Amino acid sequence: MRKDVQSIESATLLFAGDSGDGSQTIGTQMTEASAIAGNDVATLPDYPAEIRAPAGSLAGVSGFQLHFSSETIHTPGDTCDVLVAMNPAALRVNLDKLKPNGILIVNTDNFAARNLKLAGYTDNPLEDGSLVKYQVFPVPLTRLTRDSLKGTSLAHREADRCKNFFALGMVCWLYNRQMDNTVKFIREKYRKKPQYVEANTIALKAGNVYCEATEQFATSYEVKPAHFEPGTYRNIEGNMAAAFGLIAASQRSGLPLVYGSYPITPASSILHELAKYKNFGVITMQMEDEIAAIGAAIGAAFSGALGATGSSGPGLALKSESINLAVMAELPLVICNIQRSGPSTGMPTKTEQTDLLQMFYGRNGESPVPIIAASRPADCFETIYEAARIAVKYMTPVIFMSELYIAFGAEPWRIPEVSELPSIKVHYETTADGFQPYMRDEKTLARPWAIPGTPGLEHRIGGLEKADISGNVSYDPENHEQMSLLRAEKVARIADDIPPTEIFGEPEGELLVLAWGGTYGAVRTAVEHKLAEGASVSHVHLRYLNPLPSDLGGILKQFDKVLIPELNFGQLLKLIRADFLIDAVGLNKVQGLPFYVFEVESKIHELLRGDA
Amino acid sequence: MRKRTFTEIPVAVPTLTKKNFESDQDVRWCPGCGDYSILSQTQRILPDLGVPKEDFVFISGIGCSSRFPYYMNAYGFHTIHGRAPTVAAGVKVAHPELSVWVITGDGDALSIGGNHFIHLMRRNFDINVLLFNNQIYGLTKGQYSPTSEQGKTTFSTPMGSLDNPFNPISLALASGATFVARSLDRDPEHLRGVIKAAFEHKGTSFVEIYQNCNVYNDGAFFSFTEKETKAENTVFLEHGEPLVFGKDRDKGIRLNEFQPEVFSLTEGNYSPDELIKHNQYAENPTLAYFLARMSVIPDVPHPIGVFRSIKHACYEDLMAQQVETAKRQRGEGDLEALLNEADTWRVE
Repeated sequence: MRKDVQSIESATLLFAGDSGDGSQTIGTQMTEASAIAGNDVATLPDYPAEIRAPAGSLAGVSGFQLHFSSETIHTPGDTCDVLVAMNPAALRVNLDKLKPNGILIVNTDNFAARNLKLAGYTDNPLEDGSLVKYQVFPVPLTRLTRDSLKGTSLAHREADRCKNFFALGMVCWLYNRQMDNTVKFIREKYRKKPQYVEANTIALKAGNVYCEATEQFATSYEVKPAHFEPGTYRNIEGNMAAAFGLIAASQRSGLPLVYGSYPITPASSILHELAKYKNFGVITMQMEDEIAAIGAAIGAAFSGALGATGSSGPGLALKSESINLAVMAELPLVICNIQRSGPSTGMPTKTEQTDLLQMFYGRNGESPVPIIAASRPADCFETIYEAARIAVKYMTPVIFMSELYIAFGAEPWRIPEVSELPSIKVHYETTADGFQPYMRDEKTLARPWAIPGTPGLEHRIGGLEKADISGNVSYDPENHEQMSLLRAEKVARIADDIPPTEIFGEPEGELLVLAWGGTYGAVRTAVEHKLAEGASVSHVHLRYLNPLPSDLGGILKQFDKVLIPELNFGQLLKLIRADFLIDAVGLNKVQGLPFYVFEVESKIHELLRGDA
Repeated sequence: MRKRTFTEIPVAVPTLTKKNFESDQDVRWCPGCGDYSILSQTQRILPDLGVPKEDFVFISGIGCSSRFPYYMNAYGFHTIHGRAPTVAAGVKVAHPELSVWVITGDGDALSIGGNHFIHLMRRNFDINVLLFNNQIYGLTKGQYSPTSEQGKTTFSTPMGSLDNPFNPISLALASGATFVARSLDRDPEHLRGVIKAAFEHKGTSFVEIYQNCNVYNDGAFFSFTEKETKAENTVFLEHGEPLVFGKDRDKGIRLNEFQPEVFSLTEGNYSPDELIKHNQYAENPTLAYFLARMSVIPDVPHPIGVFRSIKHACYEDLMAQQVETAKRQRGEGDLEALLNEADTWRVE
């Protein structure tokens, strides 16, 4: 029987199962396959903090959402076309995300009475008619996987662990995906266990053949390649892009990279990634705590290296005294805050943007620190590279902000030519004649970087207030104010060193949507939709938060209204209202989830109708 | 990266004197403070170490002791309370050729910085740690410290402190320190010797210095430092030598059911063979622990000197080896190749 192939523009899939079921793995592989096929992709991994919550429980459900398209896309999708549910709990947690008439693939082998009870179902949803509005494909995934592996030496329990690849094989058939990348991945992942290479590869192919052979699946789908600018592309996750950005900054500046860190979700994968690249001279130190992690980075910076540290909000709270030491000592440092839900331990595996004011004001004293934020997974590369450039040029700690949503999310990335990267010039002071540790460059106000080992430049720095120029300890009242002003002015001058703000849409009009960080995708998509409807709306997405771009005030004035959507209760909103005295309004959400496009769209709609 | 010339081409290190290590800043410890002696002995010993002046780095935390770097004409970093070990670790790992010194006190190293202290010891960077122990908080004006004896009456403990004190030597040993020593602010010659031995030891060298705070805890160590009582209350450790002390060196220490016991070398039926002999190079730390605990046992003298000095690999060397191994196995890092090492696709 020849099966029907339908061409579609885009699709959103959601793989969900127990946290040990491998949903993240197959989601990542499907993302790679879709990216290689030339689609634009955006992903949202969503998993519990518990490594293995009780099997079959609602708390243990792990999901991976993937949106791919032949058009440019910015988000992992509000709702799904396909839900693969490995058990009743996965179904219950995710069913409301499935579009009416969406494809629902369920592993019927996991729908026994016990699993149904664990998920809180009194009746079997596969039998009680509650799923009539979906295209349900009940598949005995466990049994089929076992059957396919009969010829191998695997015990049932081991064979069952291959069922995620069986499911992936099915989805690859459904969307006409090549499986080469997954076969290669399996080969590498189980390098040391050839029997698993064989079994998982068989399961993958069996899933594919199953769809081809059974009459259950009549139609498959095809998503044509998206239009991209010419270049070489790869798929990349935010934290990996950040790690690469740091390595690139180290290579381009000639400074050895020293990254001090302490494990914390969702920042740890930057440490893991960097630790792989000792052949770049990268030194990673897993320290005893957050304070030690930044201390080591500060020490490295003092001795002339590119010091960097990374954490999430709780870790940044612990680092705040040390950040101030770097402010006072005026040493270059890159500090990563990969935000997650707070306060306190909060929801470690959920996204949020609630640390902005903490980064601005969460330290004692007048403590100006440049802050820049990445907006998309691939943007983490350029943004952290820029953080390093500013840190070295202005002799200052710089905070690089990201958030779980983009740190773990992935998208295609046009790989830059190394020669395209901005240069990072390093000047170690070597002239002893007339040297003073706190004399300053006229333009940048940076103090000299005079590193230990340089003859004749022996000097002392520290957290006590410094006398202007000489750097000696000073309690002089006027000197303290002067130094406080100098530190502020140095950071303020960075505004002259950043590109003009880009406006998406018209430079004037009824409504400007001003946003920052990982809300980029939802905001840009919402604005695109409203523009297509003819609305007068524009979008400015800020990378530079401190200092704000010097052209921002002028831009804001060209719009009747300003909307600031944030995953917090209005932190950028407060800053903008205070700085520019405008009556901007917020769209706020603190649920540990990114914005859906429709949420931003309806707020824009509401404001443009004037009934806000 | 900066080119180091002195490691490649042997150049004569200009003759340095104590004066070369004195900074232009006025020393602002209270008159009579034990810190003056430690500063002076350090400045006196540094010229003899054969290190170019610009390669010395002094890193401190917060407290009276931590003002030390300001008074040294060397590279110095007065960091924040308790955190000097972390900053020192970063300096050493990035530039192993530097001679890195941590200057700290009992509050700085053992209270707020206790966590960093134990981890510094176990990592074994080639760093020297001088802990000025005065058993009191001086800079904050006289509260009890983690080395103050239980029952200490201070401003914050008018009815006496409740905590048991740390024994810094025991703590350093338990944390895996490879060099552990104790000296006295009022014994300049011994102090210089111990500082030199600490420098010469490759690995983290921990030196506890009994230091008198003449304002808030005057005389805390006088029984160990003053002429009248010193000989009877201390035993100076020498590698390979038996534990003998007393003004006339007429007393020895032996083991009695795992307890140190003082006995007379001139009276009774004791044999000199019973004396405990010091072995600072013993890989097994049992003897060092035993000696460390002597300071808390009544009626036995306080050991002064080097408790332990053993060879272990240093963190920064192991790190450098990993970097070299990675370069040998995978070639020097190539950024272009790194960015492209994935499944890539071309869009024309």
